[in-house]
This record gives sequence, C-alpha cells and structure tokens, in this order.
Amino acid sequence: MAESLNLSSESSLKPDFKLSSPKTWFRTAIAIDSTTTLSRRHIYILPTRFGWMYGLLLIGLLTGSINYSISLGFAITFLLTGLGLISMLHTWRNLAHLKIEAKRANPVFAGQQAVFELAVIDDSNRARFSIFAKFADEEADIQDVPALDESIFRLSLRSQKRGWLKAPRITFSTEFPVSLFHVWAYAETANQCLIYPNPSLRSQILPSADADGATGQLSTTQGDDDFAGHRNYQFGDSPKRVDWKASSREQGLLVKQFQGEASSTLWLDFNATTGNNIELRISQLTRWVVDADAQHLRYGLRLPQLSIQPSIGDVHYHQCLTALALM
Amino acid sequence: MASQTEAQINISKQAIIWLLLSLSITFTLYAFNLENWVPACFVVFAIWRYLIEKNNWAYPKLWLRFPLTIAGGIAVLVTYGSLFGRDASVGLLAVMISMKLLETRTKRDFVVMVVLSYFLTVNILLFTQAIWVFLAVLLALIGLTACLISVSHQTKQTTISPQIWKVQAKLAGKLLLQATPIMLVLFVLFPRIPGPIWGIPQDAYSGMTGLSDSMEPGNISQLSLSSKIAFRVEFKSAIPANNQLYWRGPVLWHQEGRRWQMTSDNIPLPTETIETSGEATDYTITLEPHNRNWLLMLDLPDIASSTLPAEAHIKHDMQVLSKEPIRTRIRYQGHSYLHYTLGAKLSEHERTLALQLLEDENPKTRQLAATWVSENKSPTAIVEAALRMFREQTFVYTLAPPRLGKEPVDDFLFNTKRGFCEHYASSFVYLMRAAGVPARIVTGYQGGEINPNGNYLIVRQSDAHAWAEVWIQDQGWVRVDPTSAVSPDRIEFGIGTALPDSNLLPLLSRQDYPVLKNLYMNWDAVNNGWNQWVLGYDQDKQLALLKKLINKDIAWEDIGLILVTTMIALMLFVSYLLLRNNGGVVLNPTNKIYQQFLKKLSKAGVTKLRHEGAIDFGNRAAKALPNQAIEILEISALYSSMQYAKHQASSNITNAPNQQTLSLLKQLVKNLKIK
Repeated sequence: MAESLNLSSESSLKPDFKLSSPKTWFRTAIAIDSTTTLSRRHIYILPTRFGWMYGLLLIGLLTGSINYSISLGFAITFLLTGLGLISMLHTWRNLAHLKIEAKRANPVFAGQQAVFELAVIDDSNRARFSIFAKFADEEADIQDVPALDESIFRLSLRSQKRGWLKAPRITFSTEFPVSLFHVWAYAETANQCLIYPNPSLRSQILPSADADGATGQLSTTQGDDDFAGHRNYQFGDSPKRVDWKASSREQGLLVKQFQGEASSTLWLDFNATTGNNIELRISQLTRWVVDADAQHLRYGLRLPQLSIQPSIGDVHYHQCLTALALM
Repeated sequence: MASQTEAQINISKQAIIWLLLSLSITFTLYAFNLENWVPACFVVFAIWRYLIEKNNWAYPKLWLRFPLTIAGGIAVLVTYGSLFGRDASVGLLAVMISMKLLETRTKRDFVVMVVLSYFLTVNILLFTQAIWVFLAVLLALIGLTACLISVSHQTKQTTISPQIWKVQAKLAGKLLLQATPIMLVLFVLFPRIPGPIWGIPQDAYSGMTGLSDSMEPGNISQLSLSSKIAFRVEFKSAIPANNQLYWRGPVLWHQEGRRWQMTSDNIPLPTETIETSGEATDYTITLEPHNRNWLLMLDLPDIASSTLPAEAHIKHDMQVLSKEPIRTRIRYQGHSYLHYTLGAKLSEHERTLALQLLEDENPKTRQLAATWVSENKSPTAIVEAALRMFREQTFVYTLAPPRLGKEPVDDFLFNTKRGFCEHYASSFVYLMRAAGVPARIVTGYQGGEINPNGNYLIVRQSDAHAWAEVWIQDQGWVRVDPTSAVSPDRIEFGIGTALPDSNLLPLLSRQDYPVLKNLYMNWDAVNNGWNQWVLGYDQDKQLALLKKLINKDIAWEDIGLILVTTMIALMLFVSYLLLRNNGGVVLNPTNKIYQQFLKKLSKAGVTKLRHEGAIDFGNRAAKALPNQAIEILEISALYSSMQYAKHQASSNITNAPNQQTLSLLKQLVKNLKIK
C-alpha cells in the first residue's frame, strides 16, 4: 500500500505553474495542519458593478446639491458616502479571519463528482453571512457562519482519473452586507479525495470461482440461477442485472440479487485481464470487483505488487478499490 | 467583479417588502409636491407587485409592460408639458420606478431599484427641507439599506430565523449610524462651492412667496393670508417698539391704473442723502428664500456698516437688492437708524417721478385734492387733512375688502371705504400727488412676533405691509402710514389684534390659542437652529466656523487639506474599531476568569480544543498535570455548573451568576500554581 501511495502521488502532484495566468499573482492561504486562516494578507477587495453604480449616484447627488445649493442634500450625500465606506469595512471583516478546516471527502469512481467537505469556522465572535466558496469554474456553495461556530461547506468537483484528487485552490468570497464591494481570498486546503478507477462498461463476464483461484475460465451461467430478491442500483452494477420490469413499478432502478453467490470464492487477477493498456485492465478489474460485491461473492484480488486475500463485505470492497485506485 | 451566481439563489421575501415600505415613505412625501396621479400610480403598482409576491402570480410580460411605460411617459409629458425641468423629471423618475417594480425579481434588478430609489428619495429635498422631511428621508434610507442587506444575504441554508426582520433593520441602522461621523466631517469640511454650476430649470423655485415688484389692490392682503415665515431677526440690543419696526422692501413710484411699480433701473437718479441721529440698531436677519432680489432691512438701513451678501447694492431710494434672486436661506447683518432725515434735496427729475399720475382718472379724488390746494394749505396740512379723513370717516381695516370699480381710488375713498393696507397706501399717495405733494409707496413688512424661547423676532408673510413716504421741504422723505390712522392697533400690536374678523388670518397670527402658540414658539426655535446651522450652512459659515475652531484665518484652499487629513484620521480610527480581530468579543465575568485558567494551562502545555467540553478538557488536563489534578477538576466542575446554571437561568429570573460562586471561582483560579 505504502509503495503504491508514492506511485500515485507522482501523477496527482504534478507542478501546475502558470506564470502567465494573473490568478497566480494573488496570495493564497495555504493549509498548515489541515487548517488555514484567511488572514489580513490574503484578502482582496474591489467594488462590484453595483458599487460603481453607487459611486455614480453619489456624484450625481453631490453635483445636484452644489447646483441647487441644498445644504441638506450635502448632508444626505455624505451620509450615503459614509455608508459606502463603512460597508467596505463590513464586507472585508465578513470574510477576514475565517478559519478553514479540511474535512473528509468520500471516495468516488472516476468521472463522478467528488464532494469535498470544509468546515468554515469563526472564532472572532462575529456572525458571518453569505460566504461563497467554490473551485475555479464550479458551482459555489453559500452559507452563513454563526459566531464562534462552524458551517460545513460541500464543494463538488468532477473527478477525471483514479488516484488521489487534491482539492484545487478554493475561492472564498462575500458581498455582504450591501453588495457594493466584492471581497475574496484564495485558500488551499489539505483536502484530498480518493478516486476509484472507472469500472469498465463493456465488461467481460466474471471469471468463475475456483478453489485455488485459477482464472480464465468463463461461465455464462455462473451465479445467475437462485433469484433472492432486489436491491437498489449502485453505480457500477451491470445493466444486465437490472430488473427493468420491477424497476418500472418502483421508484428507481432495482437490481436482481442471487443467493448462494457468496459461497463460492473468486480470484480476480490482474493477469486474467487482457490488453496492452494498463488503465483498461484496471478498469476491467474494477468492474469485476463491483460485480462480485454486488453478487455477494467471496473474492480476492491479485495485483502485480500486492494481493488481497478473499473476503466479503464493505471494508474488503473498499480495500480492493483503494488498491486499484493507487496501483 | 463577476457577479456571483445570480440565478440560482432566490431573493428572500423581505427584500420586496423593505423596498415597498421605504418607497411608500418617499411617495408619501411626494404626495405633497407632485401631481396626485403620480403617487396613485405608485400605489397601484406596489399593490400589484405585492400580490405577485404573495400569490405567486406571473410577472407581467413585455407586451403589457412596454405600453405601460410609454403611457407613463406620455402622462408625464401631458401633465408637465415637458420631460425636463424639476417637476417633470422627478415625476418621470417616480413613474418609471413605480413601473419597474413589476419587473424587479433578480438581485441585479433589486440593487438597481435601490440605487434609483435612493436618488428619488434624496430628490425630495429639492421641494422641501423641513426637519420632519429629513427624518422621514432617513427612515426611508434605513428601509432601502435593509432591502439591500436582504438582497445581499444569499445562502443555501433553508432555515430562516423569524428574527430576520429585526436583524436586517438593526444592521441597516447600525451601518448608517457608523456612517454618521463620516457625514459630519464631510458636511463641515467639504468645500462649499457656491452654485449653480449650470442652469436651473425655471420651475425650480415656484411656490416661494414674498413681496412682488409691483402692487395692486389685493396683492398684499393675499400675501397676508400666508403664515409662512418671511425672515427672522436677532437684535444685538433691545428689540425696538413694534411701531418702529418697518422692514423696508420695494419702493414703488410709478402709477398705472391700479398698479404701482418700481422705478426702472435705466433712470439714473442720485442716491438720496441721509442724516442720522440717535443710536443705531444692529441686528441679524435670516431671510427665507423668496426668489426675488429684495434684502429686507429695518428702516432706515446704513449699508456701509452692514455686512451684506456679496454684490448687494442699495438703490437711490434706500431699497437694498442682492445681485441674484434669493433662492436659499441667507443671513446678513444690518445696521439701521430709526431716526433720520432722508433726501433733504429733491431733484427736478425725482419731483416729476414722485408726482406722476395717469391723466383723466378718479375725478372725485382729484377734485378733493384740488380743494385742498385751493385752500392754500401747506404740504404738512394736506397730509394732516388726508389722515384726518381716514380717521374721522367710517373707514374700515379689513382683509376682505369689496371689489373696486373702474375708478378704483374714487370708489374706495367715496364709496366702499373698506380696505387693507395697500388700499390706504395707494389712495393716500394718489391723493398727495394730485395735491402736488411728492409721494411714493413703500412695501415691506411691519412688526413681527417676539419668540421668547429664542429671543428673536419672527416676521411672517402675514406681516406684509404697505405705507407711504411724502417729501416735505426741510424734512425730506417722511414716512406716513395711513393704515395707522384707520387702525392704530395694526401698527402698535400687530395684525392679530387689529383685525376683528380674524378667522381669515392664519391660525398662528391670531390671539386665541396661547398654549398652541407657546408650543409653536418652541418648535420654531428648533426650526430656527436647524435653518441656521444645517440648511444655512454655506461657504461663509464654513469659513467662519473654521476660523473660530482654529483661531486663525483660513484660506478656501486650506479647507481641502484639513478635510483630507481629518478624513484619513477618521477612517483609520473607524477601521481600527471595526476590523481588529477580537472586535466584538465580549466575555462575561465567568468566562473571563475561565480564560485566565485556560491561559495558565496553555502555558503548561495543555491547550483546550475547540468543541471540547469544560469537563472533558478538565479530565484531560488533570491527567496531564497530576500534581494539580484536584484543583483543575474542581475549577472545571464549578465552571461547568455555572455555565449550566446560566442556561437554566434564562427561564428563571437570576441571570447573573451568584456573586459568591464567582469569587470562589476567581479564588481557585488565582491559587492554581503550575510547576
């Protein structure tokens, strides 16, 4: 496992410097010990387009007051000027000094949305409102953060390839309280999400169970005889196993389950897969793991550098997928 | 900056309610100043928009909105005859804002609406600047800011606190309150450039009342029905007697039928000479805008010793004029002599002008004058004869005189005999001129009301008056007030006592309600201060105030420097208050002591984790520091029980922890020694 971890970090931690992109000019709050703080140095502020519009309003009111010599007009113009300036400070402090703590991210199959959880914490005894958090081009999550408390933000990102997916730079921003100023900060958290390989769609049929784990024997009728009931469809289930008739009556897809499957033991071997492309072979193995788990078969996994003894259950399932992800 | 995912988050219900509430205040203010259909139009669209929100109706489509907008524009055009000018453009903005309510739903719509509404709300000050209007405007600004806050408060959390209204209103009030110091600094220090920068629409000053440059029977009695304030006067010394208070305005020489007019500026006349006797009276006048050039002064002004607005000048007949019409409230200092001799010599040209009458009018009056001349009477005797006629015949002083016929002076003197001051002054001057005595009419104000609360004099439009001046050899121009012959009370005690049929007079000029009057006097004293210090704050006042503060003469340019430094200092201070990291953390006494305890343990290497309970942390710390285990556990238990008691107490009465327990905790923490 440890070896394969190193292997994977090579692919996911490729340096990603783009000096030409102005976005890299900004400072980013970098996580230390899973927590990062949006301190003074990380916070940027600019007027929004409404802010510019408000500025025009103030200029209009001021010229009007001068032109008509309305002293009270000056007073209200200056009151609104003060409102603008004060709102700048309020917007700034709505974001400043927030602490970001990386929380878990459940593993997903490649191609699915990886959801990163972040705790955004206030320890300045100040309730925060309308905090936006998002990855560069993804949808934002927007939450309030109560004083001396935390809120959990969920940011999703489409996963591309198996292995560790490190959360990219997150943009935190806010325009509260009056939308005249846009305050933002960049943060990098220690969040990472394990991405399982994508189960192959054009699946070869599961290898047959064998006492010593011989592979390669294919059987068309394996395990499909004793129908035991339905369970909900899970990503990776073979479409052949979906009971379309039953599904049309119920809500959601149902998959047929068969009894007696778990009694036989199955070795899923890397060498049993064919082809030159390692990724395709891993994909095929993943499909087998998913199918075997769905059929409650007892299965083991044999990879070039690692083998996992046959077992059943969720822990075993995820252990196998993790091994495949990090191979 | 790019907009933040606008479409995905719904605007909360509060936003539209705040917007409608604050616009209701604004349109209520406009109801007094714009055509009635404009606020009515707002009411219709506001209710429509409210029902859309409440019943989830569909928003009107473009095919409906577009014709409505065109119709609104045309309605403004028809009502005001143009789309420009003060009333028309404000009307147009008001109508367009009302209609835009029907398409206000996204964040962008709301913010644009709020900015436009800020503009519309402040524009009410073009019409009126009274204190209560200012307060109402402030209220509307709080509402609009709350609308902006609720629009800006986007969140994916679905639970909305029922307190949200209060929170939003409170935050809006807080923002404006924190903006107030900035407003004050800018208000006092921002260099006041005297306007206007460009032309002002002609209708901008309609509705200001005051003396006109001509007089016809009915003019002044009309003005007398208004209780509007003309000006206020503070005297340096004692206020002179009421019958001395003649405030000099336009001097009318030229007669044309019923109408009397000022001399044309094209006629070069020598300035009349003045000899004064007795002490001068010094006073300060705060003149309300009346859109004319007259600067009213106590008879007889000495402008060499008065401090008047720049480029004011005095006409040959002692009428003081400003260069521009008075369109804002101004203040000036006057220096006048109550005893004087004016125009000891009369030039031929002046004599001709002072005897001018249209021919072939008022034969009976001319006849009467001719009799006096034929009796060889001196000018003084002729004046006396005329006054005696007013006194002894059944002349009546009234605000509601009958209409006069084709020969107005004849009709008045020999037939109706009922009139207001302008009738008496004009017929008297007519009579004098017919008898060969040079005479002219002076209009202005007479008397005034002393406000005991502020020790100043209030002169209202209802104090408007007209009197005469006749030129007599060796005495010059002598003031003769024929009204005093008919109604001595008018001159001695003011118009309220002089008119028996007083229900025509404005409420506050009457004598019937002393309590009401006293209340009013207090209110007027507040208003006077408001006028002086807020509405009347201009370049001169600004320089004077700074001179007083810094004790040094200040150039106009220096104000800029002072402004910049003060603003920087203020902003730094405000930023410090708002942005320091621990800002707003208020610990109760129990927590304060507990924090000391945590500090002590933290120094020893045991730091409390967030979300770690006091008891859990106490157990952990006790294990880590076995020597102090008992004390640590004791403190943790006590603190925890106090916190618990506090939560309990919210339902009971005792909110503060027991003083004894508190001092026990304090003692325990103090005695805790680690090492």
